[in-house]
Amino acid sequence: MSDYNFAYLDEQTKRMIRRAILKALAVPGYQVPFASREMPMPYGWGTGGVQVSAATLTPDDTLKVIDQGADDTTNAVSIRKFFEKTAGIATTEETKKASIIQTRHRIPEAELTEDQILVYQVPIPEPLRFLEPRETETRKMHALQEYGLMHVKLYEDISQHGAIATAYAYPVKVEGRYVMDPSPIPKFDNPKMEMPAIQLFGAGREQRIYAVPPYTQVVSLDFEDYPFQASKADHPCGLCGAEDSYLDEVILDDAGNRMFVCSDTDYCRSRREAGQVGQLGEEAA
Amino acid sequence: MIPLLQVKGVAKNYGAMIGCANVSFDLHPGEVMGIVGESGSGKSTLLNCLAGDLTPDRGEVIFNTRVDGPLDTVTMSEPERRMLSRTDWAFVHQHARDGLRMSVSAGGNIGERLMAVGDRHYATIREQASDWLGRVEISESRIDDRPSAFSGGMQQRLQIARNLVTGPRLVFMDEPTGGLDVSVQARLLDMLRGLVREMGLSAIIVTHDLAVVRLLADRLMVMKNGHVVETGLTDQVLDDPQHGYTQLLVSSVLQV
Amino acid sequence: MIELKNVCKSFTLHNQGSAVIPVMQHATLSVKPGECVGLTGASGAGKSTLMRVIYGNYLAASGSVMVGCVDVAKAEPREILALRRETLGYVSQFLRVVPRVPALDVVAEPLLSVGTPVDQARSKAASLLTQLNIAERLWGLSPTTFSGGEQQRVNIARGFAYDYPAMLLDEPTASLDTRNRATVLALIEEAKARGAAIIGIFHDEAAREQVCDRFVDVTEFSPRAAA
Repeated sequence: MSDYNFAYLDEQTKRMIRRAILKALAVPGYQVPFASREMPMPYGWGTGGVQVSAATLTPDDTLKVIDQGADDTTNAVSIRKFFEKTAGIATTEETKKASIIQTRHRIPEAELTEDQILVYQVPIPEPLRFLEPRETETRKMHALQEYGLMHVKLYEDISQHGAIATAYAYPVKVEGRYVMDPSPIPKFDNPKMEMPAIQLFGAGREQRIYAVPPYTQVVSLDFEDYPFQASKADHPCGLCGAEDSYLDEVILDDAGNRMFVCSDTDYCRSRREAGQVGQLGEEAA
Repeated sequence: MIPLLQVKGVAKNYGAMIGCANVSFDLHPGEVMGIVGESGSGKSTLLNCLAGDLTPDRGEVIFNTRVDGPLDTVTMSEPERRMLSRTDWAFVHQHARDGLRMSVSAGGNIGERLMAVGDRHYATIREQASDWLGRVEISESRIDDRPSAFSGGMQQRLQIARNLVTGPRLVFMDEPTGGLDVSVQARLLDMLRGLVREMGLSAIIVTHDLAVVRLLADRLMVMKNGHVVETGLTDQVLDDPQHGYTQLLVSSVLQV
Repeated sequence: MIELKNVCKSFTLHNQGSAVIPVMQHATLSVKPGECVGLTGASGAGKSTLMRVIYGNYLAASGSVMVGCVDVAKAEPREILALRRETLGYVSQFLRVVPRVPALDVVAEPLLSVGTPVDQARSKAASLLTQLNIAERLWGLSPTTFSGGEQQRVNIARGFAYDYPAMLLDEPTASLDTRNRATVLALIEEAKARGAAIIGIFHDEAAREQVCDRFVDVTEFSPRAAA
């Protein structure tokens, strides 16, 4: 038994956050303001995601935390420890066993199910922010569905790079209504957002929660003659040989040798355990 | 013939100060009206009331919309009004940077209104942007440059292209040649005149420069202290002014 | 075609003690299609003023100024503009144009504004400029750079580009050489022949006698004469 209330936040705060989550689910893609609390970690480290997770967790849940797809990075490890300590819940690194997955910048490779909730950490929830800095104006634009500006950004991309160069935080339109920032996930993950699991987005510093309910239509914005493409590095994973997963580039030495490996560590490990080996990999023990 | 714009008794006060008082007029398709008067005479207040950027205290501003015919833009819903200002209306600001997105390329600036009304074909948008750069006499090779790299005159012409690309029917201009040097002004005026005739535009031009209205405007409205003191055919008002204030205004112009 | 009844005109100078200067009283005048009426009277008698009142450039204080079926004294600005576009031409002594516009387009403009196709308007303009001896190398330049005589001929070409049913000519032959003067007079004869009603001011007596059917002395309309 810990000295903290279950999952750190007090019950009133969790109720407030749950109300915001319900509203967000009722209006897919709409940014619901909420009274974000100070958390024992700096802004930018997932304070929004942590609050959403805290309000969503029950004692029976199993939590998985990933950062850029990996379970073993500092951010993932410390958030997992945080909830082990304050909620006493079970944690896992296996995507299939988790009931709640908090993520920063990735969607797991394994298909999620109706029994799972994916919680995103969001730095800047407003997709229009960089073109229109006035919050009063962007709210009005959302209200009136004035989204021409979003395409101006894509236009600029094509005119400067010959293709839509936006590779992450690629804007989407949810259920034909709200344009939404999917958080800085690679655009490779965008098509996965039409999924059976619930997706919740928490932005702590910006005090916004938004959501995509299961099986909701999520369309990546594009031009007719420059259609959206979910891109990834054109290599198989060096460790497990997977050709369908999103890859990280790893520099091996000063001579510039490099390898590409799955960014989803659980996916890579489970493939290797099943006996698949990439060019540079060794068989799992 | 139904006027494009019918203004009926428009008034706007700032507290006890009169912005503009009881202004009425009709503007017909293809007509260009100039509003002149000294600083503080209420001409900009009036223009902003007409363009929907200010809500008048009293009066009606009835615009003949393409689909639904004449509608009062003061009482219409905000989405409808904003739609009008993206499609049928254009607003050319005195300072180009008020009307441009300075961090977006020239092509993106022109394309914005097209994308706002649902154009989703990059090549078409780019083609139109390039066509419009040509029409406002900016080299097409500058399409990917940001307006911050443009001269004042070019910025102003870019602003005009950005506004006219959706083929509006009514253009509001607030001192469109203010702050530009004389040769640049002449070029801009010539270009505007051509566009107005080619596209059959109606326009309301606020300025204090009588030479500008003589060249561009069919008719003139003279304002003083928020009140309209004289209206009429442009050359008649300038050559045979009836009101004392207009006579003063006309006689104050330096002869070149 | 042009019919003035009891037209009065005065200037009120509000900024000079509201002095009222009456310049014209009870001007009455009628011009039929195909007729050319010459205005006479000493300099300052009000010939140009009368022209400007008919053109709508000056506002008549009272009376009626019928041109076709439009009363210029009471018409809306856009009615007067339509009248100027389609019915009433005016050749003044001075050319007033937008800088930068080439001479050929200056001349073609009246045709373009009534919807004549560009090619047709340009070729008519070219033939007029040729008739009036404007060298072809000048056509592409703005008339603001031309000599006084050249400017005036461009102005005349512009005035005759479109076949107006009614025309006002303010000293169209002043300071022209014999050859150009003959051309202008021929243009006036042509206009009369096609039925245009013309009011003209000619200082050149020979020209006056050649084209005018009758004369009206504007001194009759001056306030002193009426008093």
